[in-house]
Amino acid sequence: MTTIVRTYLARLLPQLIALAAVLAAISMTFSGFLNLEIQNGRLYGSLIDILNRGAPVVLLAIGMTVVIATKGIDLSVGAVMAICGAVAASFITSGHSLAETLLVTLAVGILCGIWNGILVAILDIQPIIATLVLMVAGRGIAQLITEGAILTFNEPGLIFIGSGSFAGLPMPVIVWLVFGILVALLVRRTALGMLIEAIGVNRQASTLSGVFTPVLLVAAYVLSGLCAAIAGIIAAADIRGADANNAGLWLELDAILAVVVGGTSLLGGRFSIAASVFGAIIIQAINTGILLSGFPPEFNLIIKAAIIVFILVLQSPRFRTAFAFLTIPGRAAKPTEREAK
Amino acid sequence: MKQKYLPLTATIFIFVLSYALCAAQYPNILSTRVIGNLLTDNAFLGIAAVGMTFVILSGGIDLSIGSVIAFTGVFLAVVLEHTSMHPLVAFALVLMITTLFGALMGAIIHYLEMPAFIVTLAGMFLARGMAFVLSIDSIPIKHPFYATLKGLYYKLPGGGRITLIGGLMLLVFAIGILLAHRTRFGTNVYALGGGTATAKLMGVPVASTTVSIYALSGLLAGLSGIVFSLYTSAGYSLAAVGVELDAITAVVIGGTLLTGGSGFVAGTLVGIFIQGLIQTYITFDGSLSSWWTKILIGALLFAFILLQKGIIHLSRDNRKRA
Amino acid sequence: MQTSSENILSAVRIDKGFPGTKALDKVDFHLRRGEVHALLGENGAGKSTLIKCLTGAYHRDGGSILLDGTEVDPRDTFDAQRLGIGTVYQEVNLLPNLSVAENLFLGRQPRRFGMVDIRAMNRKARELLSQYELELDVTRALASYSVAIQQVVAIARAVDLSGKVLILDEPTASLDAHEVAMLFRIVRRLKARGLGIIFITHFLEQVYEISDRITVLRNGRLVGTRDAADLDRRDLIAMMIGRELAAEIHSAHANTAGGEPRYRFTNYGRRGRIEPFDLNVRVGEVVGIAGLLGSGRTETAEVLFGAHRADSGTAEIDGRPVELSSPRAAIRQKFGFCPEDRKTAGIVGDLSVRENIVLALQARRGWTRPISRAEQNRLADLYIRALDIRTADREKPIRLLSGGNQQKAILARWLATEPEFLILDEPTRGIDVGAHAEIVRLIETLREKGMSLIVISSEIEELVAYSTRVIVLRDRAHVAELDGDRITADQIVEAIAAANERRAS
Ligand SMILES: Nc1ncnc2c1ncn2[C@@H]1O[C@H](COP(=O)(O)OP(=O)(O)OP(=O)(O)O)[C@@H](O)[C@H]1O
Ligand SMILES: [Mg+2]
Repeated sequence: MTTIVRTYLARLLPQLIALAAVLAAISMTFSGFLNLEIQNGRLYGSLIDILNRGAPVVLLAIGMTVVIATKGIDLSVGAVMAICGAVAASFITSGHSLAETLLVTLAVGILCGIWNGILVAILDIQPIIATLVLMVAGRGIAQLITEGAILTFNEPGLIFIGSGSFAGLPMPVIVWLVFGILVALLVRRTALGMLIEAIGVNRQASTLSGVFTPVLLVAAYVLSGLCAAIAGIIAAADIRGADANNAGLWLELDAILAVVVGGTSLLGGRFSIAASVFGAIIIQAINTGILLSGFPPEFNLIIKAAIIVFILVLQSPRFRTAFAFLTIPGRAAKPTEREAK
Repeated sequence: MKQKYLPLTATIFIFVLSYALCAAQYPNILSTRVIGNLLTDNAFLGIAAVGMTFVILSGGIDLSIGSVIAFTGVFLAVVLEHTSMHPLVAFALVLMITTLFGALMGAIIHYLEMPAFIVTLAGMFLARGMAFVLSIDSIPIKHPFYATLKGLYYKLPGGGRITLIGGLMLLVFAIGILLAHRTRFGTNVYALGGGTATAKLMGVPVASTTVSIYALSGLLAGLSGIVFSLYTSAGYSLAAVGVELDAITAVVIGGTLLTGGSGFVAGTLVGIFIQGLIQTYITFDGSLSSWWTKILIGALLFAFILLQKGIIHLSRDNRKRA
Repeated sequence: MQTSSENILSAVRIDKGFPGTKALDKVDFHLRRGEVHALLGENGAGKSTLIKCLTGAYHRDGGSILLDGTEVDPRDTFDAQRLGIGTVYQEVNLLPNLSVAENLFLGRQPRRFGMVDIRAMNRKARELLSQYELELDVTRALASYSVAIQQVVAIARAVDLSGKVLILDEPTASLDAHEVAMLFRIVRRLKARGLGIIFITHFLEQVYEISDRITVLRNGRLVGTRDAADLDRRDLIAMMIGRELAAEIHSAHANTAGGEPRYRFTNYGRRGRIEPFDLNVRVGEVVGIAGLLGSGRTETAEVLFGAHRADSGTAEIDGRPVELSSPRAAIRQKFGFCPEDRKTAGIVGDLSVRENIVLALQARRGWTRPISRAEQNRLADLYIRALDIRTADREKPIRLLSGGNQQKAILARWLATEPEFLILDEPTRGIDVGAHAEIVRLIETLREKGMSLIVISSEIEELVAYSTRVIVLRDRAHVAELDGDRITADQIVEAIAAANERRAS
């Protein structure tokens, strides 16, 4: 058990170090950064803000991780967020109950995932292209639903999901925490995780070994669609309206980045949901940090790019082998079985 | 027919078919004027897509080109407004910058063994960021030389024009085709797409090829930026957002596999024409709201991929029976 | 230190370590001018690693390399090619997406006015291949040709590149007797020209047929170098595995299984892949499948396993019709299948040896019933021991194992599912003598335990050893069946030859 915990920590170590470094850097330029305070039974502070603002990307990154593990990619998640936000807004404004609205919205996200999954798994279209279709068309569909306008609502239940709080934490944080833990348990407490990794590494060999590849592939995209739907609801609830033009715009890139910062290879295979979540939080911390530190906003993108490149360079295989002596020493070489005989 | 020409043939077939369908509805689409405009309007996209084709053939991807185009435009606008530099000198300068930028990304991808998707994504942020730093406003370019360049064109019978930038795109495609199929560099690009490890064992200079590929993509993105600034007569840091996706789409519609190693530069030209045709059709129709345009493009993209798959599938089956 | 002038290539005290493994430990190797030097050893002994160190594909940790008496240090394979060392690497063949001609001349295409002269390149490619009695459309993609032809192309390229040294790492694994004979003719010609040739293989007959000297590695260390003429087979094997090999296995068909066939495939086939055939397999029977490459052996296996769904005929188990529409369906009927192409269809490279071993079992149990980590460890350790899989530990990614050990791990994957009907496609390809005997024995044991097996092999001796029946294929159809006393090497060869004559007439 302890070895499992230790390998788990070793896996997350680069992300934890990167996060700590980013947070330390921000707190140096912005003094009150690490302060937390409780008002009306709710935590406030920049750190909480990062967790809260980061909710959509964290959620997208959870689904994206699983898709990328299958050697896929899902470019449509930003557009699906827009669609789902629009669906939620139009349902709630046309007088449906909160439960109905949520159910329908999640179903729409799942539907989008099924569409992507079928393109990839059954029609065998390359994932980038398959999901590009929905990326292009999806925003149009969202605009069609809102008819080009920003669809506002003031149903308190829905708004609560975006700006309410529970147990001292903002609702979006609760949502991604609970959802992330559920998904992580789902893949690691069952055999799903290993089967997904097998598909990502070698689809043909996995199919020949009896892995039900098409279903698992579709499931991965469905999970991604579901994550996008939840992210879409949160984003809409946050601004109390659906903005089909801007909701989730370019967030697919942030989500992919989060997964990579989390150390999951874009070539599929090994993945870690927790590491991706940390990756997303690192990215949000950078975004928030740049804002807080008072640099002119023109420099935001450059700083972001520089930090990300730096983190990725630290993680790159070349760099790691060059500085292997710095990392935890690996298990000592064991004699081969034959020699032991 | 050879297997490798199938996707290209399928694309050309689809293009001719859809052109015929459009022409049946709007006969005007056949005029040289429309054809000339098709070239001019898509020149910047086409030039960038040639670079993208090389990158994708090698098994990589370059997400930075839209930002590089915007950066180039802003750079030119700022330089021409604030200095007395001749545009040609500014062109040379900016091409050098973008080529170096591409080479740098290629070097990072190769030497640090990082995925192209991520490196060029960072490049996308960086180039756009540099454009922001130069200026956040849209700056018009009023240099007289620009007017001269825009005045150059070849008149087609029937009133159409092949403008300088339209012609330039065709020239870039011609050079790209030669480069891909008639040089050792070109074969090395395909070799990388077939498998980096194997290519390396076979003695392909993987490092220099990778760096050159991204440098080429940077060069062409820069050239595309120049063309874009000629086309719009302005530089704006928010311009050309998402052009990389259009370029990828054109490359893929043109029959190049995103996994690398298989495809044609000429196919990308057809891919550009197909996208241009869709735009033209939508303009001719005129009644479509902006969201229907997006949905339609998505649907057509889907239809093309499906048709391509279908045609390839059918002909493969037929061959087997024969 | 011996660097006499008769040595064209000398490697002195080469060291190479991988995390958890010492792949080469101060290995000396001397290659003379005009000799064929066999490099032998068990799976994982370090043969391929030595080759890769010599050609700059890996960076050695220590030691020096002398070519023609001067110290060289090829930085990469391109460098090695320039120095006149041509290599056919194990498993990494050529680039499937390039044309045959481009593969042959990659990096040295003939040029005119700075442009590649495609016509001249194609002409030269045709000339080159004609030495190998190959008439191909050299403009077609390499992938459109069979594995054997691809292998010949790889050899042709390496030979053409080798000014001084030619290295062949298991080049004959997928060649038939005729192609091997042709290769050997060319190797002899190069030898006469004074080249040094390094030849790695697990076929000992071929070693004795072609090589002058033999160097044996074991566990990354040099065991010794001997003249082939002075080293008999038993001693060679003892050098390789460090002990005597148990007596050769006797043929199995003496005790042919009786009883009703358990598996009945009637008129079974798939258009374009394999002509419909009838096949009955009893409990405790090994049906061998013989035939030339491309005769439909692998296609037969794939149709039986549902990897390609049959479009004609019926399958029955114990008289009850079954649907074998997919690997999953076949696995549900307790089928197992070790594919021929282990790199693309067998191993899941980045996953550990443990995960590769439990994969099929886990897939059959379904994702909701994970195999506990303890159970996974137990299974992995069990088969690592039982099949003697050489790996630093069970968590090592399988792609880092040597080729032969990967093969054993795939075998373990299926044994872990306790199949009742096991299809093995070239199970001994690339496997060393010791392991070879073990696998043949394993097939025996499985058969005795009541498993039904289909085994495809190019090694006819091996088929004779374990088959209770042999089916001969030609042109994607089953053309002959031998059983009982008729299963002899001669009879099988004759059946294959007869089948081919019929085609010729
Ligand atoms: N890239 C690598 N990383 C880690 N270990 C490796 C790597 N390549 C080889 N090894 C290990 O080095 C040892 C020697 O492998 P090598 O491929 O040289 O064996 P071989 O003699 O060619 O065997 P075979 O006959 O099966 O091809 C093996 O234990 C293998 O697991
Ligand atoms: Mg080897």
